[in-house]
Amino acid sequence: MSKKTAVEATINGEPVEFLCEPRQSLLETLRDVLELTGSKEGCLTGDCGACTVLVDGRAVCSCLMLGVEAQGKNITTVEGLATKGVLSVLQNKFLEDAALQCGICTPGFLVSAKALLDRNPNPTEHEVRYALAGNLCRCTGYDKIVRAVLDAARDIRSPGEAKAAAR
Amino acid sequence: MILARPGGFQVLHAINYEAPTTLDEAVSILKTHGENARPLCGGTDLIIQLRAGVRRTEHIVDVKKIKELQVLSFDAKKGLRLGAAVPCIEIHESDVMRRHYPGLTEAAHIIGSLQIQNRASVGGNLCNGSPAGDATPALIALGARARIVGPSGEREVPVEDFVVSPGRTMLKPGELLVELLVPPPPPQSSDAYLRFIPRNEMDIAVVGVGAALTLDGDKVKAARIALGAVAPTPILAGKAADALIGRKLDDAALEAAGRAASQACSPIDDMRGTAEFRLHIAAVLTRRALSIAAERAKKN
Repeated sequence: MSKKTAVEATINGEPVEFLCEPRQSLLETLRDVLELTGSKEGCLTGDCGACTVLVDGRAVCSCLMLGVEAQGKNITTVEGLATKGVLSVLQNKFLEDAALQCGICTPGFLVSAKALLDRNPNPTEHEVRYALAGNLCRCTGYDKIVRAVLDAARDIRSPGEAKAAAR
Repeated sequence: MILARPGGFQVLHAINYEAPTTLDEAVSILKTHGENARPLCGGTDLIIQLRAGVRRTEHIVDVKKIKELQVLSFDAKKGLRLGAAVPCIEIHESDVMRRHYPGLTEAAHIIGSLQIQNRASVGGNLCNGSPAGDATPALIALGARARIVGPSGEREVPVEDFVVSPGRTMLKPGELLVELLVPPPPPQSSDAYLRFIPRNEMDIAVVGVGAALTLDGDKVKAARIALGAVAPTPILAGKAADALIGRKLDDAALEAAGRAASQACSPIDDMRGTAEFRLHIAAVLTRRALSIAAERAKKN
């Protein structure tokens, strides 16, 4: 058992100080130390994307990053998407468009989609599919997820237009 | 790859973590622990290998805080300096890289998913020593050199000499890859990287080909062709380039280069493809990569 290291980071907008062992991944640290269990363990090899979080605005697999590497970083997990208990547009579109079934992959998809929309508010379907290529879903067949992200993008750009399109 | 996993959270064995901010400090830590230390960049190979037990290292030396490893700069006379820890995504987002080194840029942009590209570096891809690393043939084609520091000073080696066998490099204990130095592209030159995989994204190369060439009017003045996943290490196919020099890049020249590239390969049969298939694809991708590089070169 190696000794624990103190790490200071900003997690979902809050400054946080925590202790972790160097061998703990960021995913383990989030789930077991900070009790943020939204990020999921899937493959532990960077293939499935269920553990995706944002580190300084970029999507990364938290299973392939050490908790100690979070020092000084700004981290957003799926728990950081809603504001004071109100779901984000993206989360609502996932619900409206039935873009999830079992839900295990959903936190990763939401975080990857947020990373995309933060940088590119008007993505093409191709760009959405490329941005989500590192997230695997075995239930939906992806189509509803892609549609939800495109709908969310349209709604974020101009709320009226999306409502008109829905009718 | 982890084939079977007993129940419970799979953890890394106990490790020590250090994050030096200078090259001297990093070399000193690496020297102290020798074979028992390993530099960490994006961790997208290393952490998986430690978890799976295929590499054992007690001392992780996070080198991302060393400024020399984060340099990405281009000078028309001196060429490119690419720090070993620069993440792939920064290469793709760099106008200079897309303009002057499109082949290396496309290689960096097909390594894994965005989650991987946001962490993984071209330097790390090289140090991982995989025969199938995508960035390595692209670097070799460009004539890149690796700048290494270690306990007995600095040295530079051509990238084609860097990987010595699958998963092993010529780095000695205590040595660290600092940056990759790529010559400036001559007029009428460009590069391209193509990879064959059975799907659109997220797979390991069955064959990868990097090609760089310089034209003189409609004749080929200089060329370098490098291949991945067709031998125990990435290879430079010197004879494939020789087949082009002084010739027009017509079908016959492309055919000759493709044949020579294929002859330079010593592939294996594995789950990704047979040796026979790889030999065929090596020739096809060589022709195509050269054609793309030539089209680009005409615009430069």
